[in-house]
Amino acid sequence: MSEFTASNQAEAGNAVGDASRYYVTEHHPENGTLLGFWMYLMSDCLIFACLFATYAVLGRNYAGGPSGAELFDLKLVALNTAFLLVSSITYGFAMLSAHKGFKSKAILWLGVTGVFGLAFLSLEIYEFVHLIHEGAGPQRSGFLTSFFALVGTHGLHVTFGVIWLVTLMFQVGKHGLTVENLRRLTCLSMFWHFLDVIWIGVFTFVYLMGTLP
Amino acid sequence: MSDHSNHGHDHHGHHHGHDAGGSHGSLKDYTIGFILSVILTAIPFWLVMAKVLPPGTTGYVLMAFAAVQVVVHMIYFLHLNSSAEHGWSMMATIFTVIVLVIMMAGSIWVMYHMNANMMPGMDAGSDALHGAHDMP
Repeated sequence: MSEFTASNQAEAGNAVGDASRYYVTEHHPENGTLLGFWMYLMSDCLIFACLFATYAVLGRNYAGGPSGAELFDLKLVALNTAFLLVSSITYGFAMLSAHKGFKSKAILWLGVTGVFGLAFLSLEIYEFVHLIHEGAGPQRSGFLTSFFALVGTHGLHVTFGVIWLVTLMFQVGKHGLTVENLRRLTCLSMFWHFLDVIWIGVFTFVYLMGTLP
Repeated sequence: MSDHSNHGHDHHGHHHGHDAGGSHGSLKDYTIGFILSVILTAIPFWLVMAKVLPPGTTGYVLMAFAAVQVVVHMIYFLHLNSSAEHGWSMMATIFTVIVLVIMMAGSIWVMYHMNANMMPGMDAGSDALHGAHDMP
């Protein structure tokens, strides 16, 4: 796009006067944000990689305590996975509506995504409370420490994702689908789908493989 | 999308509107991604819950399914391709994957060998590995 846009901007710049600034920075300011956010996600990915590596090392150190096979309720995990997966596609619908300019439809889909996000979090908190109540808290064994650290960090990310999502619902409601809001929605889209990718690792390595004898 | 972004914005809104879209998917992309993800999630859960295969084999199959599903999510939900952001997204991703593989493989390799090599006194012979695993 650069050639055409640049010359366009240059012409517009002559008319507007102050636009030589735009001429210089026009190349890809928005892409800069998205690329920067992608970099953040990749560094976040390394945080999770550290937690996964910790779990891989400590995951079978039960210290005479309960094992994953005894603790995990796979039906609950399957339900949780479904919540997150469905929330991923409803966020996709929100993005499609937003790009078509359907404001209220976009907000509605964001709301649906938020509800599924909250359902995921409630189930996870229920699971954590249940485990701690059974005496399988993070202090019980190396396995449980790394389990709570990994799954808890993911849950914390989802929590902040939901807060961000509600904020954006209000932003879009108040200011409409402006360029800034579309950019923010795109960033949250990347964040949300990224969390789903991390969850693939969590349910595979922690829950499913932890249940295997 | 562009006509709406012009509403909310002034003279340079159009170009930005185009940029902000980046590489966003279509309904078809999301639907394909979702259906593939459901299949790739359901099979691992079924394998474990119904105990279809022996545990060792199941582990490898699970990892294969996870790897494929991550790629599906990257392509259909995160819209990663070699042209996004002039290829820089792809470069950052490849770099991350390399660092990730080195770190994960390295940690696991080193730590398992530590377990195997540093606890000979606790259990005799091949039991050393299991003895180490009972450590808190």
